[in-house]
Amino acid sequence: MGFFLRELRIHGRGGQGSVTAAELIAVAAFQGGVYAQAFPAFGVERRGAPVQAFVRFSNEKIRLRSQVYEPDYIIVQDSTLIADINVFAGMKAGGIAIINTEKAGKYSAPEGVSIITIDATKIALEEIGLPITNTALMGAFAAATGEIEFSALENALKERFEGKLATTNIKASQRAYEMIKGGSA
Amino acid sequence: MPLNIGCTARPGKGRDNKTGSWRVFYPIFHHDKCTGCGICTLICPEGCIEVKEEKKYIPDLDYCKGCGLCAEECPGEAITMEKEEK
Amino acid sequence: MKEILEGSHAVAEATRLCRPEVIAAYPITPQTHIVEALAQMVADCRLQSEYICVESEFSALSACLGASAAGSRTYSATTSQGLALMFEVCFNVAGMRLPIVMTIANRAMSAPLSIWNDQQDSIALRDSGWIQLYAEDNQEALDLHILAYRVCEDHDILLPAFVCFDGFILTHTYEPVDMPTQEEVDAYLPAFNPYQRLDAKDPISFGMYATPDYYLEFRYENQRAMLRAKDAISKYGALFGEQFGRDYSGLIEGYKLEDAEIALIAMGSICGTIKDAIDEMRADGKKVGLLKIRCYRPFPDEEIASALSHIKTVAVLDKNISLGSKGAVALEVKDALYGSSIDVYDYILGLGGRDIRKKDIKAIVDLAEKGSGDMFYGLREELL
Repeated sequence: MGFFLRELRIHGRGGQGSVTAAELIAVAAFQGGVYAQAFPAFGVERRGAPVQAFVRFSNEKIRLRSQVYEPDYIIVQDSTLIADINVFAGMKAGGIAIINTEKAGKYSAPEGVSIITIDATKIALEEIGLPITNTALMGAFAAATGEIEFSALENALKERFEGKLATTNIKASQRAYEMIKGGSA
Repeated sequence: MPLNIGCTARPGKGRDNKTGSWRVFYPIFHHDKCTGCGICTLICPEGCIEVKEEKKYIPDLDYCKGCGLCAEECPGEAITMEKEEK
Repeated sequence: MKEILEGSHAVAEATRLCRPEVIAAYPITPQTHIVEALAQMVADCRLQSEYICVESEFSALSACLGASAAGSRTYSATTSQGLALMFEVCFNVAGMRLPIVMTIANRAMSAPLSIWNDQQDSIALRDSGWIQLYAEDNQEALDLHILAYRVCEDHDILLPAFVCFDGFILTHTYEPVDMPTQEEVDAYLPAFNPYQRLDAKDPISFGMYATPDYYLEFRYENQRAMLRAKDAISKYGALFGEQFGRDYSGLIEGYKLEDAEIALIAMGSICGTIKDAIDEMRADGKKVGLLKIRCYRPFPDEEIASALSHIKTVAVLDKNISLGSKGAVALEVKDALYGSSIDVYDYILGLGGRDIRKKDIKAIVDLAEKGSGDMFYGLREELL
């Protein structure tokens, strides 16, 4: 396998779990045998403010510490951000954008970037009972990119959460994973 | 942000940040059930519920974050939360 | 064993493995997770330690001072304003020759208020008599804590140390680290054997009054201990390498420096980004190398002069500014190279968390090649 370095940028709002999503995706990727690095874009830490978090995946030790400007993947936790921020900025050709929205087809991506929409809020409300969409979107990310295995994600969620919180988050994640795998999002 | 000497700033900038876009749910006020107690205006963490006239409270949806405290606390159950389409 | 965890948790685990007997800290972001994690470990009985809750950073380090003088291995962590509030106690700890290890999650100083990274906080304490080590990644941050206790507690040294790692950029980053076992750390770091201690049965006082007849000599002894620390860091760094496979015998570290024409000099996490940028510049035929300063106090002046003897141009990247003068690292590099024909240029960058990309490193090399330096790099001219 030749050298690779792939990058994910997560756009969300404070309180939606973007940083946790980045961390758990990195944990799952590490379990899959690659080097992973996850970090937040140290914004103003308050509920609702736009935040970013990043993940890098590589088969070599990751030394780079700058933020992610040319992502292979983006996750948009809250589609209202698209009005304020160019979430697609710098995306590589062949990239994948995963957007949480109930309106599939509403958003158009730059050339060469494919969009996958999923109503993660609906899934989160039904499975977890709270509009916290990160775990559903992690499942969608696993299915859409193949960067992490679902089983590794499940392990990462089990390590992070306990009891009912673990079960419901895994369910949300699995439902999104299966929707994207089955192409029925 | 201007580079004012002494890192000074004028008040009032918070208003520029319309926090309404953060919502997942938004409140609907049923004025027929309102008793006019005013708890909703007091409990709102954003301070964005205004009394237009007696028993007519109106939330400013530019700033309402959809927390649902008003609906939770309203003794007359005159406020309900609906999911906003995104 | 390799595992993936947040930088601050990696440091908390390393601290636990060092078996500190007393911990006192006053949480301030971004070092918060370290002491939170340690408090949890004490509560869960994973760590047998006295965790003292205090009301300020001044008290935190004062409690550490007392505990260390009483003969305990002692730990604290802080950042920015918190470290500033410890200023007075820092000088006392060093003067009393107490081997306390403290993590600094490097962060900018207010005002303007900033929670983001630069290295102004620890640099401002450069004259306080604490050893200062800077980590490039979380593995190094973890390892340097274990090394620091070994060096500081040596009876020929008896000095405190800051282990500095960049706030948020490392503290809040999840990445894989190789976590040593308790047995491995115990084999490297013996139980604390205090040189002297407060004991009611055999009373002594620390930090005595020194009249003008004595003060100068006390300071001279502090300076001599600091200079001896160079050899101690090399010795215990090499021992660390033998035991853990990661060698820290160098106070500095070169990357593609042997045949370089231009050398970049930096400390901390920026070194990783510089290495990636160097690989790309090398592919374009530019002979660039990095000299990473791992130990800033004591300052490795002779080591730097010797490592750069073949270099024509040096660009120092300073995440700090000694206002009214230059970047603190550049000043000392210039001193180390005094009398040589090497051109040394200083670049102040990344203050208050301004992100630094590979393209910025390349732009700085271009500037240095043109002889343009001693400047703030990356200013937003439209604001000025």
